[in-house]
Amino acid sequence: MLAFLIRRMGQAVLVILAVGLLSFLMFRFVGDPVMTMSREDATVAEREALRDALGLNDPVPLQFVAFAGRALSGDFGISYRNQRPVADLIAERLPATLELVVAATVLALAIGIPLGVLTALRPRGALSNLVQGVSLVGVSTPTFVTGILLILLFAVTLRWLPSFGRGETVELGWWSTGFLTASGWRAIALPSLTLALFQMTLIMRLVRAEMIEILHSDYIRFARARGLPDRDIHYRLALKNALMPVLTITGMQIGGLIAFAIVTESVFQWPGMGLLFIQAVQFVDVPVMAAYLMFVGLVFVALNTLVDITYALVDPRLRVRG
Amino acid sequence: MGLRFKIGAGALCSVLAAGCVQAEVLRWGNVGDALTLDPYAHTESFTSSFLHHIYEPLVRRDAELKFEPALATSWEVVEPTRVRFTLREGVTFHDGAPFTADDVVASIARLKHPDARARGNAASIDSAEKVDDYTVDILLNAADPLLINKLTGIFIMDAEWLEANDATLPGNTSTGAVTFASDHTNGTGPFVLDSRQPDAKTVLLVNPDWWDEPVHNLTSIEFLPIGSDATRVSALLSGEVDVIIPAPLQDTQRIEAAEGVTPLQNPSLRTIMFGLNVARDELHAAPGSGSNPLRDIRVREALWKAIDMEAINAKVMRGKARIAGSMIAPSIAGYVAETDVKPAYDPEAAQALLEEAGYGDGFSTGLDCTNDRYINDEEICLAIASMWAGIGVTTELTAQTKGNHFPKVDRGETDIYMIGWATLPAMDGFSPLSAMLATREGDYGGNNPNGFSNARVDEITVMSASEVVEEKRIALIEEAMQIARDEIAYIPLHQQPLSWAARDSVEIIQFPDNYVRAWHYRVN
Repeated sequence: MLAFLIRRMGQAVLVILAVGLLSFLMFRFVGDPVMTMSREDATVAEREALRDALGLNDPVPLQFVAFAGRALSGDFGISYRNQRPVADLIAERLPATLELVVAATVLALAIGIPLGVLTALRPRGALSNLVQGVSLVGVSTPTFVTGILLILLFAVTLRWLPSFGRGETVELGWWSTGFLTASGWRAIALPSLTLALFQMTLIMRLVRAEMIEILHSDYIRFARARGLPDRDIHYRLALKNALMPVLTITGMQIGGLIAFAIVTESVFQWPGMGLLFIQAVQFVDVPVMAAYLMFVGLVFVALNTLVDITYALVDPRLRVRG
Repeated sequence: MGLRFKIGAGALCSVLAAGCVQAEVLRWGNVGDALTLDPYAHTESFTSSFLHHIYEPLVRRDAELKFEPALATSWEVVEPTRVRFTLREGVTFHDGAPFTADDVVASIARLKHPDARARGNAASIDSAEKVDDYTVDILLNAADPLLINKLTGIFIMDAEWLEANDATLPGNTSTGAVTFASDHTNGTGPFVLDSRQPDAKTVLLVNPDWWDEPVHNLTSIEFLPIGSDATRVSALLSGEVDVIIPAPLQDTQRIEAAEGVTPLQNPSLRTIMFGLNVARDELHAAPGSGSNPLRDIRVREALWKAIDMEAINAKVMRGKARIAGSMIAPSIAGYVAETDVKPAYDPEAAQALLEEAGYGDGFSTGLDCTNDRYINDEEICLAIASMWAGIGVTTELTAQTKGNHFPKVDRGETDIYMIGWATLPAMDGFSPLSAMLATREGDYGGNNPNGFSNARVDEITVMSASEVVEEKRIALIEEAMQIARDEIAYIPLHQQPLSWAARDSVEIIQFPDNYVRAWHYRVN
């Protein structure tokens, strides 16, 4: 087990370095930070001096090695845009994004599972068809369109919920939470629903498929033959078994949600990491972009490792010899 | 009914007099946040405009954008390179410390530090020298007729506060220096920083000890960055904010139709124009052609004549832009009304000019535009590309993000490209003269990668840089602007509008430099 973990750690570091290198090569196409950093009527000499000071005249491999060396020791540098340490910026934005992702996940499970069960139990019912149809629309509508439509309905027309921001937040040590204030709850409603929509339909379809398959299996037929009540068969036997893959997928998708949050966060001005990243792209703020991409890489690697470990614990066949 | 209620509330207020506190809050939804709170660590005019509520310069601009004493009450030129400022007495910083000459000296030293990002704004200043507590001399490298213009953008910080918080050095990306001043403030301005959550909310409270008599009636400003256009408009319509900056032009009708909100649209100082690459022997889009048509003034004129600005203004700009013939807007020093006339739209005359120049069969050129910098920038270029197609000029249109566009322009890799110029913060014709018209050499021509070069323009640039007699200086700049127009060095398109929108309950002045000066605003 220990060897497995160590090997995994080694792979994780390699993956993150690869993400860092790829993003570093990509930055050449995002633009030139010197232009966004200098005055409109800056002289050529002024700009050259800045380029030199930022180390942008060094060859790219050299720039990457310098960056990676510092990053491995936990120093991600200073933001070009506002000259604050990148690590501080990410730590400041992390709570907002994580709370949004948690709320979206809970919402997706809380709505997706019951709908999945409903459509599995009555596959030909009118309600099931409606839910299935709507879910198709939900999957295929881009997040920013859903977001804007929700804002128009709930913020502009009905005026029930705020259209942007995070509401009042409470500081718990370095963590800022919106879960302790009424305005925080009102503020998270629309963005978390927007972010959850795709996930929700995915879960619904997964639960439905699993349930339908299980309901046709031998042990369910046997249970029916024994005369068990429908409720026990559906919820204690079928649903419980159908949920295993759902939970795995949900766990794996958390990384995706963090990445997807970029769009949701920019529509709702949610002050999380996604918004930070979008601004960094617009300003060509290389240190922030690199740190964010490496952070997302880290989340993906960590989640996958966790899932692999769980599997290895549950199923000895998956343990690699060694 | 509503009126009676108002009178009732007013009467109640006057009865209670001292105990009556009215909260006049301005909720300001803005497309972006201030980059930093350190006035010397950025070069962005919006951030300057925001920080002007907290920090103040020696000289500021009044409601007509004319110079007005702020922290200095008067000034005189002692020698060409020494200007003496008498400082206002009785001014205190937000933490209660008195404002004196030491603060000016420390501020200039901090701004001139090699690590200060904004030091280019003070290029002509050498240092500041204290004469006594309320008199300070600013020493110059060379006589600078635009010193006062520049000082309107140089905010004064508190020497003791910088010292006490270890912030005497500005923050710097390359050295990794982080400063206390990037998220804390201590100014003399009309508002005091109360709280700040970057990209979410910054609250300013009124400064009760401000030295000036307030025109505004605000008790606080809630500054709320909202990046997405659609969300920002929604926030105004749903009553969550009082003013939005900017309001997308295409939402004008929607805002007009809504109850209690009005679009605010006025011409700005920013002229949008096309730069023309005459540096190369042939255009990037036509390798092997052996000639650069843009070098022929008849071709430049033909291109200009073939642009139907009336149509673009009506269709793309909703009639809100001001069609331009000059590189600078009317209120800017050096403006000549006679140059500000666009040649009439006449595709046949344009065709004839091309024929005369030997390009009767047309030619190919690249056209580079931004798609996220100016109002409807990409749409303007699309429209012009099709108008040029009408006279046989084929364009290879590239519309991309500003972070890629401007470096490409700067490397000279474009044929025809879009650029906007507002002459900020100086609001003076010297700005386009020295940056866009002067030959690229030394301190001049930073934005002229096109090879435009005119001996008289270069001569004028150098002369006007140190000409302290204002009439002579203006005459020089006017002459240069005339040359630019005669030579068609650039093709001006229009001054784009300022487009904001606000609730009817707020009184707002829109300044053409796009600065927000909320100390002129009122909430009813």
